Amino acid sequence: MNPQRTLATTGRVLIQIRNDPRTIALLLIVPSLLIGLVAWIFDETEVFADIGPAMLALFPFIVMFLVTSIATLRERRSGTLERLLSMPLGRGDFILGYTLAFGLLAVVQTAVAVGYATLVCGLEIEGSVVLLFVVAIADALLGTALGLLASAFARTEFQVVQFMPVFVFPQILLGGIFLPRDQLPDVLEVIGDWLPLSHAIDALGAVSTGDEDDTYIWLRVLFIACWIVGAVIVGSLTLRRRTP
Amino acid sequence: MGKGRLGESERLSLTGSEWGCLIHHMTNNAVAASGLTIRRGRKTVIDSLDLTVPRGAIIGLLGPSGSGKTTLMRAIVGVQIVAGGRVQVLGRAAGSADLRQRVGYMTQSASIYEDLSVRANLRYFARVQGAPKTDVDRVLERTDLLGQADQLARTLSGGQANRVSLAAAMLGSPDLLVLDEPTVGLDPVLRADLWGLFRRLAEEGTTLLVSSHVMDEATRCDRLLLMREGAVIADTTPRDLLASTGAASAEEAFLDIIEADTGGSGRTGRARSGRHGHSGTHLLSREGAGRDRADRTRGGRR
Repeated sequence: MNPQRTLATTGRVLIQIRNDPRTIALLLIVPSLLIGLVAWIFDETEVFADIGPAMLALFPFIVMFLVTSIATLRERRSGTLERLLSMPLGRGDFILGYTLAFGLLAVVQTAVAVGYATLVCGLEIEGSVVLLFVVAIADALLGTALGLLASAFARTEFQVVQFMPVFVFPQILLGGIFLPRDQLPDVLEVIGDWLPLSHAIDALGAVSTGDEDDTYIWLRVLFIACWIVGAVIVGSLTLRRRTP
Repeated sequence: MGKGRLGESERLSLTGSEWGCLIHHMTNNAVAASGLTIRRGRKTVIDSLDLTVPRGAIIGLLGPSGSGKTTLMRAIVGVQIVAGGRVQVLGRAAGSADLRQRVGYMTQSASIYEDLSVRANLRYFARVQGAPKTDVDRVLERTDLLGQADQLARTLSGGQANRVSLAAAMLGSPDLLVLDEPTVGLDPVLRADLWGLFRRLAEEGTTLLVSSHVMDEATRCDRLLLMREGAVIADTTPRDLLASTGAASAEEAFLDIIEADTGGSGRTGRARSGRHGHSGTHLLSREGAGRDRADRTRGGRR
């Protein structure tokens, strides 16, 4: 690994995104639109105050999962990955390069979504806004890491899009948005407790209510970080210099 | 040439000058493969292949589609999983870390980023390669792409995209360029230009391994390796190829060699021309020939 090559990769990914203004617009506007829609649906109820923070956790995760899995699949299929791996680029440079680029994107996306949710939709954040960003970035990196992993198991774009429900939906269903996790059947509660998105949702809920101390939130972030590291390790094993 | 591995006893009995010869032989070759075997699934794609490629020349790797050219090139670059044998590139094991800056690889499809400009593509690859910034302009100029430098790669014609891919392989002036069908789909003028560029690169000391399934390009190479069904069936020069087969064109000569290789059982429905006498062209024998024939017969019945 080499910082210059990692940063070159980050820069390259960011230029690719910059050359695609429609993607930028979708990345930045869609979360706000959906948050606005949910706020409108639950107008004059207390529900939005509960699920609003959870929605902030979902977007960076889902979007980065999709973007990374498709971008990596494109690299594999276009031959650029093979070219890079025949050059002095470390696998870590490749993964970290992508992670940095998408992490940065997640910061911007979260800033827009949080701004819209609090200023326009009236979501109240009692806790630390910095911690909110920390959780959102951890979420985005989790999406990036799992997306990288998913792309290894997909041969076509059709398949990689199908992986989204596999990796994402169970986490949403068991994460406590629909039903608090302690009210789930025992087995599902245990599974839910081990999934990373559950902890992101818990952490963002805690940030918005301000009920828990910082340690509670950092522990949740640590849990997500373990998942990220695990997914990156498994994902980097799927990036082989030599292929059949 | 002694391409086989030396036994321990032979190795010990070498005299100083013999050692010198051996080292010279090993380092003088850009590529030396022995017993290279590659399997894809259960199928053996390349079976126990021996090969040497001298330095500073243009070596044409010719053969029909599916003959194993790309697989062999990938093994030389070090991105192919190899089942057995050894490949030495510039005196080191193929795929070693320090070769990655000395070997340039151009894949068959233009492996560049469509959503980046030509210059942004090359700038990124130059940084990965550790090549100086000025190298981008150098390769743009040599591949005649200065006019397209700020165009998005997506908007390029197929031939232009291919040249960007070639330009990327030339970054950092590697000692060995492995080019997989670089002239495919190009018009005759561009093709001639590219071969001119290859010749100049070779004169500057670069070794070029260029694959093609257009046999007419054979005459532009210094040496020819003819591949068929995963084996190198002839290792020759353009002149010897024509002289030994007596064929009028490289394509005819290639068909003649295939016929000789299959023991005269191939090639029906084509008028024969030329004499057969492989004096200068070194026809390599191979163990797999019988098995290959059996495979073909099975394939024919399907």
